[in-house]
Amino acid sequence: MSQEILDGLAVIVNEVAGVPVEDVQSDKSFVDDLDIDSLSMVEVVMAAEDKWGVKIPDSEVKNLTTVGDAVAFIAANQ
Amino acid sequence: MSAAITPSRGANYARILSVAGYRPERVVTNDELCERIDSSDEWIRERSGIIERRYAAPDESVADMAVNAAGQALERAGVDPSRVGLVMLATVTHPFPTPSAAADVAHRIGATTAAAIDLSAACAGFCYGIEFGSSVIRSGGAEYVVLVGVEKLSDWIDPDDRGTAFLFADGAGAVVLGPSDEPAIGPVVWGSDGSQLEAITMTQSLIDYKLVGGEIFPALEMQGQQVFRWAVGEMAKKAAEALDAAAVSADDLDAFIPHQANMRITDAMVRALKLPEHVPVARDIAHTGNTSAASIPLAMQAMLDAGEIPHGGTALVIGFGAGLVYAAQVVTLP
Repeated sequence: MSQEILDGLAVIVNEVAGVPVEDVQSDKSFVDDLDIDSLSMVEVVMAAEDKWGVKIPDSEVKNLTTVGDAVAFIAANQ
Repeated sequence: MSAAITPSRGANYARILSVAGYRPERVVTNDELCERIDSSDEWIRERSGIIERRYAAPDESVADMAVNAAGQALERAGVDPSRVGLVMLATVTHPFPTPSAAADVAHRIGATTAAAIDLSAACAGFCYGIEFGSSVIRSGGAEYVVLVGVEKLSDWIDPDDRGTAFLFADGAGAVVLGPSDEPAIGPVVWGSDGSQLEAITMTQSLIDYKLVGGEIFPALEMQGQQVFRWAVGEMAKKAAEALDAAAVSADDLDAFIPHQANMRITDAMVRALKLPEHVPVARDIAHTGNTSAASIPLAMQAMLDAGEIPHGGTALVIGFGAGLVYAAQVVTLP
């Protein structure tokens, strides 16, 4: 399940910011490792909401530091 | 018994006859702004796509800029000012609640008997004006309409706010609308969402400033991520609805001219719309900044004058901003 979300998220991050799919790993920080800025992060979040039917409020987005944080949030709220 | 009243009757259709722009002389670089905000040229370019913008001179007013753009648009359209029945200014930066800037502009461009009104719909003002103007031409309220999107946002910026100081700028873009034998302005898709009033607002009201005072004169403030999410998530859908309403496919477009809010919003909208790669996209923000109601006609003028898009081509326009308010339509380019 989590692997499926991770794979899907990697595709989204690639489409939004051009980061190679294989670089999007659970322990990677969106900002520090993948160079995803706040605006790109909003796009990633919106695409994730569409894909998995979850609601990720702006107040929650700042807690999603790593790719793993996002995967866990989506898995828990799906 | 009520008397029989002759109904109004106007043209079958309306169209944009001409577009013209006025860009103030003074170029303001990112480096100049960074003397006041903790930012950098590189950061501003990455986050907004803005390389430079124009500021009006201290003694150059909203009306002054509008007169310049409107005069050029009338000349390009070959319409005598005496035939203009309505002058509309889409603006939120004319510093007088009354009288309107439009009355002054109408007089100064020679449309001395035209009706005149200012529209307050922020960055959607130009597209709101297109709907009002074309409706008035079809109702018979005016034969020709001058619509100017004009802003002097530099008067309403907090130069120390690193979230907004680099975004906003000054300028005017004008169109002349007139009668048409063919449909040339599609159905408007518009609306508002007052639940997000605080997304783009002023730091305080002018009256509070007068009574209580404050550290700074009332200035624009914006929740950038909230606006970004709304613009990309909701506005791309509204743009697609405007295409559907006009029964025009994205493939048939000769131009996509969204409000120049932020290059990143434009990029994300293009992705969300799945716009075909051959459709030219307005990116006038790079050298003009975000000029609110002026941004669409300024971008349209620049692209037409540079030969990037064809006269008589088909364009999708969408304005969106503080309110929140929005309006989109498909138009035939002048």
